[in-house]
Amino acid sequence: MLAMNYRGPFRVRVDHKPYPEIQHPQDAIVRVTRSCICGSDLHLYHGLVPDTRVGMTFGHEFIGVVEEIGSSVQNLKVGDHVLVPFNIACGTCSFCKQGLYGNCHESNPEATAVGGIYGYSHTAGGYDGGQAEYVRVPFADVGPMVIPADIHPDDAVLLTDVVPTGYQAAEMGGIKPGDTVVVFGAGPVGIMAAKCAWLFGAGRVIVIDHLEYRLDFVRTYAQCEAYNFRSMQDPVLFLKKATDFYGADVCIDAVGGDAAGSALQTITGRKLMLQAGSATALHWAINSVKKGGIVSVVGVYGPTDNLIPIGNVVNKGITIRANQASVKRLLPRLIEHVQAGRIDPKGIVTHRVPLEEVSDAYHIFSAKLDNCIKTILIPPSARV
Amino acid sequence: MEDLASNYAHIKGWGIDADPKNEPTYPMKNYTGDDHRRLNYEKPPQQPVNVEVLHSNERPGITAVFGTSSPPSGMSGAIRRYAFKFSESEYGHWLPLLFADRVNVVEGIIDDLKRGYVPNILAEKGWNAEWKYNRKGLITKLAVGALVTATAVALLCRSNSNEDED
Repeated sequence: MLAMNYRGPFRVRVDHKPYPEIQHPQDAIVRVTRSCICGSDLHLYHGLVPDTRVGMTFGHEFIGVVEEIGSSVQNLKVGDHVLVPFNIACGTCSFCKQGLYGNCHESNPEATAVGGIYGYSHTAGGYDGGQAEYVRVPFADVGPMVIPADIHPDDAVLLTDVVPTGYQAAEMGGIKPGDTVVVFGAGPVGIMAAKCAWLFGAGRVIVIDHLEYRLDFVRTYAQCEAYNFRSMQDPVLFLKKATDFYGADVCIDAVGGDAAGSALQTITGRKLMLQAGSATALHWAINSVKKGGIVSVVGVYGPTDNLIPIGNVVNKGITIRANQASVKRLLPRLIEHVQAGRIDPKGIVTHRVPLEEVSDAYHIFSAKLDNCIKTILIPPSARV
Repeated sequence: MEDLASNYAHIKGWGIDADPKNEPTYPMKNYTGDDHRRLNYEKPPQQPVNVEVLHSNERPGITAVFGTSSPPSGMSGAIRRYAFKFSESEYGHWLPLLFADRVNVVEGIIDDLKRGYVPNILAEKGWNAEWKYNRKGLITKLAVGALVTATAVALLCRSNSNEDED
C-alpha cells in the first residue's frame, strides 16, 4: 500500500509499505478515504518532537471504511464508514472512565503524560497514522464512530481532531456570556476555537496571528476581530489597551511550540531546542489575560522544560487548563452543531491533494504557500 | 443573557453551550469513587510483543496495545535504549532521543542507498511546490546560497595559496 514516509526534518515522501495487520483482538483495519495534515504534524515535520523515527507514517486525522475487524470487536462491522478520533483510548482504564480519552493509560508504553495518538512519534505510542491507504485502528470498539448519513466526509474528517480541539479550547476557557476571548494563532485550530467561543457566549472574540491571509479568513469564517502582531510593537500592550487596560477574560494558546514573534524564544525553543518549542504564544496568553482569568492551552509543546512565566501564573491567580482534546466525549455534541449548521468544518479546507503529492502538500502548509489553511489528502484507494 | 443574545443574533448558535455547570477538564466530573484502585482496573488483553518496545520507566511493563511502526535499530536504537533509562522529567531522556532522531536521518539515507534507491531530497522537501508557488523566493535562496558557498570557497583557496607562498 502507499503511505507517507517520514525521512527526517522537512523531508517526507510516499512509499510502498506493508499492509497493516490485526495485532490485537480489538483491532480493526480501516481503508482510508480522507486524511488531513494537521498543524500538529508540522511540529513532527520540523523535527521538534523527540523520538520521531525515520520510516513512520504521520496522520492522526482520518476517516475510512472498515476492512477487517479483530475477534473481539462488536460495535463495528466490515463496510462501515467511520471517523476515527485521534486519541487511541482503551475505554477501561481509570482515566478513560473519567472521560479523559486523551490520557488513556493503556495505549502508549513510551510516555505516561500522554495517551496513544496515531502517527505522532513514539512519544505518543509509535503508531503509524492515516496518511496512507490503510491503517491499523486499536480499540476499535471505543474510538471510531460510524459517520451519520447526513454528515459530509470532509466534515467528518475534520471532526477527528481540529473541530474538537478548537471546541475544547473554548470549552476549557470557561467562557461566560459576554466575555472577551483572545485566541493566539489563526491556524485551523485557532480558527475553530474562535468560531466555537461564540457558542459559549463570548461577547468579543479577538484573534492574533502574523499571516494576513489567515487573518482575512478568520474574520470572515469566525466573524471576529483579527490583528497582525507584526504590526504591533507589543501585542500584550495592544490587548491591554483593547480591553480597557483590564486584560482578556480568557486567552487561548492555539499555537504551541512553533510560535513566531520572539527572537529569544525562536532561538532557544525552535532552533537550539533547549526548551520544548518557542513559548511565545503562551507568554502572551498568560500576560494578556486578566487577573483571575483563564488561559486555555491546546497548542502542542514538546515534553522538555519551557521558560514560561510561572511567577505570573501564581501572582495573577490564573487558572491554566490544557489538554489534548477528548474527541470521543465531544463528538455527539459537535455532530449536532454540524447538523444544525452552527459549525461548518469543511469551510476551512483550502487544498485537496492526492496522497502521492504529500511532499509538496507538507511544504505548502509548512511554508504557508498558496494561502493554505487546511489540506485534505486523498489516497488512491479512496478514488476507485 | 436574553438582552445579550439579541446583540449576537447574527451568529448562529450564540451562547447555546453556555452552561455554567460545564467543567470539561476536571477529571473529578466523572469521578466514580474508585480512583484509589489506580492501576487495578481490568486491563484489556495484551498485544503480543513481537518487536522491541521501549517503555517509560515511570510505568510497570508496557501498555495493552502499542505501535509497531519503527522499532529501534542501529546506533539510533542504542541511543534510544539509553534514553529510556531516564524518567520523562529528565533531560537525560529527551535530549538523547532528539539526538537519536538526527542519527536516524543519516541511517535512513544509508538504508535507502543500500537498497539501491537514491533519495530525491529536493522532491522530499517539497521544492516542486516551492517552484510553483514561491519561485522568486526559491531563486533568491539559491542565489544567496551560491554566493555564500562561492565566497567561502574563494576564501579557503586564498588562505591555502597564502600558506603555499609561506
